[in-house]
Amino acid sequence: MSNRREFIKISSLGAGGLALAANTFSWSRGMSFAQDIFDDKAEEPIRTPTYCELCFWKCAGWVYKDDIGDIRKITGNDDDPHCNGRFCPRGTGGVGMYYDKDRLRRPLIRTGEKGEQTFREASWDEAFDYIAKKMNKIAEEHGPECIALFTHGSGGKFFSTLLKAFGSTNIAAPSFAQCRGPREVGFLATFGELVLSPERTDIRDTKCLVLIGSHLGENMHNGQVQEMSDAIDKGATIITVDPRYSIAAGKSKYWLPIKPSTDLALLLTWINLIIQNEWYDKDYVEKYTYGFDVLKETVKPYTPEWAYGITGLKPDMIYDTAKAMHDAAPAVIIHPGRHVTWYGDDTQRSRAIAILNAILGSWGRRGGFYYPEVASLPDYPHPPFPEPKRTWRDAFPGKFNLANEVLSTGICEATIPNTARDCSFKGWFVYGTNLIKTLPNRKQTLEAIQSLDLLVAIDTMPMEITGYADVILPECTYLERYDLLRTSPHREPNIALRMPAAKPKYDTKPAWWMAKKLASKLGLDEYFAWNDIEKLLDWQLKQIGSSLDEMKRIGVKKFPRKYDDLYFWPNQDFVFNTNSGKIELYSTDMENEGFDPIPKYTPHPEPPEGYYRLIYGRAPMHTFSRTINNPNLVDLMAENSVWINPKVTKIWGLKNGQEIYLQNQDGVVSEFPIKVRATERIRWDSVYIVHGFGHSNKKLTRAFGKGASDSELITNVMMDPVMGGTGMRGNFVTFLTEKPIGEEVKS
Amino acid sequence: MKEELITSGRMNPYIDPHLNIWHWQIPLYLFLGGLAAGILFFAALYTIQGKADKYPTAVKIAPLITPFALVLGLIALFLDLKHKLYFWQLYTTLRLESPMSWGAWTLMVVTPLSFVWSALNIRQIFPNWDWRYSWVKNIEAFFRKNIITLSWILLIFSLILGVYTGILFSAFNARPLWNTSILGPLFLASGLSAGAAAIVLISKNHFERKQMAKIDLIIIGVELFLIIHMFMGFLASTQVQIDAASLFLGGPYTTPFWLFVVTLGMVVPAVLEILELNGYRMPRWLAPVLILFGSLMLRFIIAYAGQESRWLY
Amino acid sequence: MRYAMAIDTKKCVGCSDCVVACQTENNVPIGYCRDWIVEVTDGTYPQLEIELRSERCNHCENAPCVRCCPTGASHYEDGGAVLVTPDKCIGCGACITSCPYDARYSHPDGYVDKCTFCLDNRVKKGEDPACVSVCPTKCMYFGDLDDLNSDVSQVLKKRKWKTLIPEAGTKPHVYYLI
Repeated sequence: MSNRREFIKISSLGAGGLALAANTFSWSRGMSFAQDIFDDKAEEPIRTPTYCELCFWKCAGWVYKDDIGDIRKITGNDDDPHCNGRFCPRGTGGVGMYYDKDRLRRPLIRTGEKGEQTFREASWDEAFDYIAKKMNKIAEEHGPECIALFTHGSGGKFFSTLLKAFGSTNIAAPSFAQCRGPREVGFLATFGELVLSPERTDIRDTKCLVLIGSHLGENMHNGQVQEMSDAIDKGATIITVDPRYSIAAGKSKYWLPIKPSTDLALLLTWINLIIQNEWYDKDYVEKYTYGFDVLKETVKPYTPEWAYGITGLKPDMIYDTAKAMHDAAPAVIIHPGRHVTWYGDDTQRSRAIAILNAILGSWGRRGGFYYPEVASLPDYPHPPFPEPKRTWRDAFPGKFNLANEVLSTGICEATIPNTARDCSFKGWFVYGTNLIKTLPNRKQTLEAIQSLDLLVAIDTMPMEITGYADVILPECTYLERYDLLRTSPHREPNIALRMPAAKPKYDTKPAWWMAKKLASKLGLDEYFAWNDIEKLLDWQLKQIGSSLDEMKRIGVKKFPRKYDDLYFWPNQDFVFNTNSGKIELYSTDMENEGFDPIPKYTPHPEPPEGYYRLIYGRAPMHTFSRTINNPNLVDLMAENSVWINPKVTKIWGLKNGQEIYLQNQDGVVSEFPIKVRATERIRWDSVYIVHGFGHSNKKLTRAFGKGASDSELITNVMMDPVMGGTGMRGNFVTFLTEKPIGEEVKS
Repeated sequence: MKEELITSGRMNPYIDPHLNIWHWQIPLYLFLGGLAAGILFFAALYTIQGKADKYPTAVKIAPLITPFALVLGLIALFLDLKHKLYFWQLYTTLRLESPMSWGAWTLMVVTPLSFVWSALNIRQIFPNWDWRYSWVKNIEAFFRKNIITLSWILLIFSLILGVYTGILFSAFNARPLWNTSILGPLFLASGLSAGAAAIVLISKNHFERKQMAKIDLIIIGVELFLIIHMFMGFLASTQVQIDAASLFLGGPYTTPFWLFVVTLGMVVPAVLEILELNGYRMPRWLAPVLILFGSLMLRFIIAYAGQESRWLY
Repeated sequence: MRYAMAIDTKKCVGCSDCVVACQTENNVPIGYCRDWIVEVTDGTYPQLEIELRSERCNHCENAPCVRCCPTGASHYEDGGAVLVTPDKCIGCGACITSCPYDARYSHPDGYVDKCTFCLDNRVKKGEDPACVSVCPTKCMYFGDLDDLNSDVSQVLKKRKWKTLIPEAGTKPHVYYLI
């Protein structure tokens, strides 16, 4: 780098000249980091390792403080495969989470009605006593299994241990049933393997990346966005299927502006084209797959001409894109997506994606899907967890057997008392997930909450859900705490350390401390036998040849792979973890559960006259509703807008920037107005809004009332019969220029 | 549809949605500067021509306003500064490329001269004024002796000041509406016109009033000529300047500009003065007040409209 | 030495990371920015094109802000970067007015502030500017145009590029790869 060389040149000038230069440059008083580089005392500013908690990607990085010990900036750790030294806007803006004055400050116990937001301050001890008493009562009257945990975040693992020790395994991440569940189930049924997080997609080396509604770049899944950029540099073909002209579509050679809800028709047609034209990987299909002939017959009717009528995509475009995939194969990725709970047949769609990847031979191939490895850390010794007598599954006999994780919506549903069940959930722990906005069908969520005996919310920020809690436990931010080591699947096994960069502000505490203290109140000390977290981490690290001291210094440690199996070797024999031991194009699991063993296209409802399909998505600077109050990120995006095609705004006489209300097919009106963005980037039969806005908790001074919430408009949930995913793209909205009078105000 | 939006960053109310950095202070400052320049120009001119007796108001009385106008203008400018304590930095360097810099230096010359000129004529207001100290009297005597040299200096610097009020704007290539060299002469003419109007307003001498009104008429003619040329120039230029001109030709500034500046500030007072010169009786204050008003409005409207004109990209 | 930046509009996803990174690196007060993202969409559905640009001060070779500054606060630094000396700035706003790119803002402390290419706090230590080093898509290149082997020289040689409002005659040192 030229500038590096320039620096060396300057360095050789000699000390006198340098001192002078330092003075000349000291004007930049606005910069705390404009540290005097010529001062030999100041080697490196103080930095401590962390991994990010702004989203699930959990990039590892460094927190920098200035001379007076204030946290100033966060940057990526160069050795971290999740971020390669580059944080995304949210990670970089993570400082705002620490400085946010609206943070929860001390434990609160509810004094008024649920949802009324009347609380009294309590000491930690009092709060734990309160919770322990209620938990014991629930265990006594209904059994410990009647307490559930919803978790989305690192600290949730400690509460997970607590709950397991207490006797419940009902630990749900909304990221399964509301997000990535169908793809995991679909891929598991096909390859006997999960897609995992970070996804095992080898985008870096792909020659063709196919995105089905996935808006990489707008969802800042850091590593993937970086790899997509690398792929663009290397000239990869990108194919984007999206009714919206997404950022990724703007980078694509082929953008397929599909009619929403018809993706499966396109996928089946692609499969058919690839088979008919013999574009599939014949050796791979023969060696590794099961059920090819049935697949071939089943997809025969799905011709490009047929698909044209369904998807609105021209046959030659479908043909060209299928050919492009074949040309790139096996370095092709039909991306499994992440948020895939759309229309209720999402597992089948994910299956079609898996099948397409399979016949192109991309699974286990460079530029396709690799086999990741995870560094495994031993658990700190503890007695075995008690065996629960019941689980959430008992509430759904015979259903969702293929769901490989706990259904959050299932727990929610099983909380509402029902004469058909002998028991329903009585206690919820909610860690770092704003269920009111996360779960669709808010009415059901509120009904469930009203029938609870105990709702404990653990969060850093006041949220809608904290308003309903009996007890709020204020957690310190990730910048002020230790958490368990991050171990995540990647090309190289690696671990990352999070340690506090500053003391917790206010009377906030880390999750490990809360869980340990509460365990103590419940007499479950032996499950948290370590004295403090440093001891636990050091113990774990020493088992794998590192130490806490080393990790504090390096932040991220990579380990060599145990097996050289990132990709299949040529002609490698391989037994897949499926019933047939092969990649199941024809899924025996699905057949056994009574579902189509090969996906079939079924049409979905379309918006009635005057209504538009509500599509929601992400903006790169926000993670769901949790970052909407972060001062640094509010600076980048303070509210959402509703994207409407100019043809439609013209019909309705709507102006750009005009505030309107959205009303859905069930008459639900958005609580707050939202500004119109007339843009060609959205199809005329749909509207688009960024998820997470429209906060109704007044304690969020920056986020309150900014924009509209998509989740309150999602009242029609199309349940995936295979795994209980909540299809949320079947809601239609219309425009109101004024709020109807007499709408009840929800808190 | 073409959609261009700043999706994040640049939360700067001074520049978005359009430039909004200069408010009432700058146009007021420019108006007062132009007015002072106009008055001092005529005072110096008639002194050099030896017509001080024929034009007593122009030479002796009207200039008494100028120190106040200039100081008020400087106060307005000072109020506009956002890093006020560093004001003195203006006078640590002379940067010829920066109109703001040589304008500041011009004011540094003109303002003291306006005080000197007023001091020389202070007995017009306070006939019994006495400077008390002999050294002050010596200085007074020095200036009286060199009154012609003083006048020449004043004449030149008042012209520079008058032109500066326009050049300050026209030097900004980034704002297409301002970026025309006609603004210099136009603002000079406007300043002279305002100066002449001020003299007419104050003067009780019939001959002087008549002569100044005639001069004003000519200047108004020149101003209208310059305005027409300015628009011809814009419309024959690039799209950005066509867009800039359209602010006044159908855009949001059409009514204020053509009504307040051109009609009420130039055409109506010109007609009134023609009528008055032809013997019709009018309220004597009306025409000059309208001219002063028009001159003020010209600065305000050009200042605000210019901030709305921008490059396309 | 001529510092320059090249920004690849084909790779930029408009995530605004450069904006936050600049704010936290340079202590830009909340509510102000030295860089920003522009999104331009052209066409009619579904025939569309989009361009994303991370914009900032162009560090012009012929900088109107330097010319119009009455005190010399705005000046050319070694390597052609355009900087502001806060202690010389009187906050008159002339430079803000003079910039066709609207790249400057009035700092709450009164002086005018803008992108510095992170010259003193990073570049002189051998690091890239904060925006360049954080960009997840690696769409920005920074370096010396006089060094033919620098990233920025190489990429400008290889790719088609444009500058913003070239007709303003400012000769920007920020290039956009198209």
